[in-house]
Amino acid sequence: MSDLVLHLDNIQKSFGGLSALSDVNLHVEEGTTHAIIGPNGAGKSTLLNVCIGRLKPDSGHVTFKGQELTGREPHEIAQMGVARVFQTPEIFPEMTLLENVMLPAFSKRDGAFKLNAYSGLAQQGDIRDEAEHILEDVGLADQMLQEAGSLSRGDKRRLELGMCLILRPRLLLLDEPTAGMSRHDTNRTIDLLKKIKSRGMTKVIIEHDMHVVFSLADKVSVLARGEIIAGGKPEDVRENPKVKEAYLGGAH
Amino acid sequence: MKLGPLTDTTRFVLFAVIILAMPLWLEPLGGNYPDLLQRFAIYGIFAIGFNILFGLTGYLSFGHAAFLGVGSYAAVWSFKLLTMNALPAIVFGVFFAGILAAAIGFLSLRRTGIYFSILTLAFAQMSYNLAYSVLTPITNGETGLQLSQQDPRIIDSVFIEAGSGLPSTNLFGLKMSGYPGFYFCAVLLIICFYISMRIFRSPFGLMLRGIKSNQNRMRYTGLNTRPYMLTAFVISGMYAGLAGSLLAITDPLAGAERMQWTASGEVVLMTILGGVGTLAGPMLGAGLIKYFENIFSAFNNNVLMEIFSFLPNAVAEIIVPIVGLFVGSGWHLTLGILFMVIVIYLPGGIVEGLSRLAKFAAGERKSSKIAGGNTSPQDQPGE
Amino acid sequence: MDAVLLQILNGLDKGAAYALIALGLTLVFGTLGIVNFAHGALFMLGAFCAVTFNKLMLISTKVEDTSVTLFKAFKEKPYLEIWFPEWGPLLIQYSVPLSILLAIPFMILVGYVMERGLIRHFYKRPHAEQILVTFGLAIVIQEIIKAVFGANPIPQNAPDLLSGSAAIGTWLGLSDALVYPYWRLVYLGFSVVIIFAVFAFLQFTTYGMVVRAGMRDRETVGLLGINIQKRFTIVFAIATVVAGLAGVMYTPILPPDYHMGMDFLVLSFVVVVVGGMGSLGGAVSAGFLLGIVQSFASMTIVKEFLPGIDQIIIYLVAVVILLVLPRGLMGRAGVMDD
Ligand SMILES: Nc1ncnc2c1ncn2[C@@H]1O[C@H](COP(=O)(O)OP(=O)(O)OP(=O)(O)O)[C@@H](O)[C@H]1O
Ligand SMILES: [Mg+2]
Repeated sequence: MSDLVLHLDNIQKSFGGLSALSDVNLHVEEGTTHAIIGPNGAGKSTLLNVCIGRLKPDSGHVTFKGQELTGREPHEIAQMGVARVFQTPEIFPEMTLLENVMLPAFSKRDGAFKLNAYSGLAQQGDIRDEAEHILEDVGLADQMLQEAGSLSRGDKRRLELGMCLILRPRLLLLDEPTAGMSRHDTNRTIDLLKKIKSRGMTKVIIEHDMHVVFSLADKVSVLARGEIIAGGKPEDVRENPKVKEAYLGGAH
Repeated sequence: MKLGPLTDTTRFVLFAVIILAMPLWLEPLGGNYPDLLQRFAIYGIFAIGFNILFGLTGYLSFGHAAFLGVGSYAAVWSFKLLTMNALPAIVFGVFFAGILAAAIGFLSLRRTGIYFSILTLAFAQMSYNLAYSVLTPITNGETGLQLSQQDPRIIDSVFIEAGSGLPSTNLFGLKMSGYPGFYFCAVLLIICFYISMRIFRSPFGLMLRGIKSNQNRMRYTGLNTRPYMLTAFVISGMYAGLAGSLLAITDPLAGAERMQWTASGEVVLMTILGGVGTLAGPMLGAGLIKYFENIFSAFNNNVLMEIFSFLPNAVAEIIVPIVGLFVGSGWHLTLGILFMVIVIYLPGGIVEGLSRLAKFAAGERKSSKIAGGNTSPQDQPGE
Repeated sequence: MDAVLLQILNGLDKGAAYALIALGLTLVFGTLGIVNFAHGALFMLGAFCAVTFNKLMLISTKVEDTSVTLFKAFKEKPYLEIWFPEWGPLLIQYSVPLSILLAIPFMILVGYVMERGLIRHFYKRPHAEQILVTFGLAIVIQEIIKAVFGANPIPQNAPDLLSGSAAIGTWLGLSDALVYPYWRLVYLGFSVVIIFAVFAFLQFTTYGMVVRAGMRDRETVGLLGINIQKRFTIVFAIATVVAGLAGVMYTPILPPDYHMGMDFLVLSFVVVVVGGMGSLGGAVSAGFLLGIVQSFASMTIVKEFLPGIDQIIIYLVAVVILLVLPRGLMGRAGVMDD
């Protein structure tokens, strides 16, 4: 079991009367890419929210490398090495791309608290270099002195991915990372994510785009109306009649 | 290092020179009075400190006057109990303001947005009301805390024979009234400006701006925002405490009205007027408000009559009462209007206005944004 | 028991004023999304409507004073009394309630001008800027009133008929010492009527329905193609009138002066936030609650036990409620959460 990175055990979550997650179990193994697919409103984002401490589950446990995550503060979870790209990009719109990518590095380094108030930003050469490097990786290096708010939706997403990568997370959660991207950019993102995978980073990825799912995922779980209705290798899941039904008769 | 027009060192030197030379260039502007100069420097410190909280984190405190008041009380008590020397007064003022800020900040920072503003307001109003009522033994209530002949002044009594009148505040013998008082405040102001500049340029400052821009993002990258916010709050409270103790040093008296919410409103106003989140803006705002307050409130109808004496009498008699509405005791009306105009047309404050002018003057030269090690947040107007 | 009832009654009239101001504040906040720091000034403007109306009624001329027989003496006599000797004096007596007639159109005008001229441009701007610009406006209004009416409070009288005290204790079979000024009863009744009127308007008219929907979800209502602009103006005017009337009727209880608006504003804001931003019911109940709590804290026994408590109780309650209930008593999730 030591190679289990993320383990969701009987997670329940409801909003008022609406049950968003019921009895969800999920195992994500070290170094793999685990895709979660499912129709709109299935509870996919809610699942990630529970993982990163944005929502507390009504019952059940989330463990990360054997450590309990449930009940922890978001920043603690992030410090443990869980990073997330959100469905609607969460960036710092008034700042430059470079600052956007440098900030998480500071958070990681001084997150618990360090009064780093006297040293100038100019002295942070190593972090700056790393940030520039990452901006190159995500293909935004030439715009690094622009304000992030002016980026297109797809670029914001890539920027956010960069902000997560500089954290060197052990587990990266991606909520529809290619939504709003052109085909070209989608392919670039796939390549980038493959590259990360070769570095051994574990990923959970939510995607509607099956092309992305099949290019990246080692395993797929299908979520519909808050329940995992199927799981396994991508090829197997594709043939599963329950999955087809969920998509066709689902919330579309 | 390319920072648009100015590097930080030039910026700092320029600031220091302008402040120290105030008696010179304010002479022709009719602002060269030691009292007024002292107030420029003191309220400059207050506003610069306020800006560290509001400008960087976006948290709008409506209770900073409490720290100003505590700084004053602590300073006067230091004069009464220990010595008339200014240094211990400052230390105590800053220290107690810091303690109070830590307590108020610890609780208020549990909430954000307007809830935070109301919490700070509530705490400050409590301090003010208590200072007026049950805390009278410490604050001397409505009369205000004053020096008296009977004060023990333990340290002073060892070294100096008590004179016949009330002793005056000093810095190792140098009297802290008049120009020496101003220069003392000015030096502290320059130090405060320097510290604030370092904070703005540091990773700490960048993280605070990150909290302002997207607090959630900061959390989900692993930042525990609480201690950061609290530190910013305490630092800005300590600036206010310093300003409060300087008020007491230049005029050894502390009254509760210094803690009232109107005083908190005033510092918000100064910061906004100059430019929130800019380095020099708060100083500019504080200076302008204190300057116009001084100039405008000195006018009365007789003075106005003289000014307009070149007009035919009948015309002057119509104009004077109208203008009179805006000056003298009506100065607040001008202030209110000025305030509205600034918020409506120039939410970035005067600094933004100036930089717009500068851009306009420089034509359509493309303004390049510099990031990372070379960031200059003050070139980006506050929201 | 008597003492408790008396404190509740004493708290009620102040609470009623808080409730009325807070009602308008939160209505404006909930529908327009505007944090209006000039709302207290509107309360004060209402109060000065009463003062103005009273002054107008008392415009006088010199007439011979017939009560002085030794020499020819003159005294001021209001035209009203000269023209209508029968009911002129009565009209003057009732100047406070009658000034409602002046206050309503005047406050509507003020509300209209303010919303069209200023507030409208701030819908999309950050709350901090809204606070600041309305704060500036409040200073301006306050200073104008000071310039016109002077800095001193100007006492206004309740009609003779209502200026005594009601022997509530006797009515209820309790102690005779339990008395309560008639006018405060009137104020209480008046507030209740206004509060019900506003709620009924929101509850039972289609107009109000749209406004309520707008409070819940402004964007969607806007998308429905409803002319939300016009409704916003009307909502703002209603809030203005409510604040103004609250001010008019409060004048016999508290002689109005130019800074009464600010005093009430700070407290009313606390009330709104304690009630929960955007919750009308919360604002009204928090208003009465804080009024009563304050009145209890001013009891001598309480003060002996906890010196100074009467000075800080409202703020203390506010702090505790906000720390325990993040959104106040009845606030909804998502309102001003970030
Ligand atoms: N904070 C919340 N409060 C109330 N209901 C919520 C909340 N968050 C999500 N829901 C509801 O829970 C259900 C699942 O939402 P979720 O966002 O997890 O779906 P999703 O699978 O991510 O859908 P999509 O593909 O559209 O992103 C939806 O019906 C949604 O309306
Ligand atoms: Mg989703």
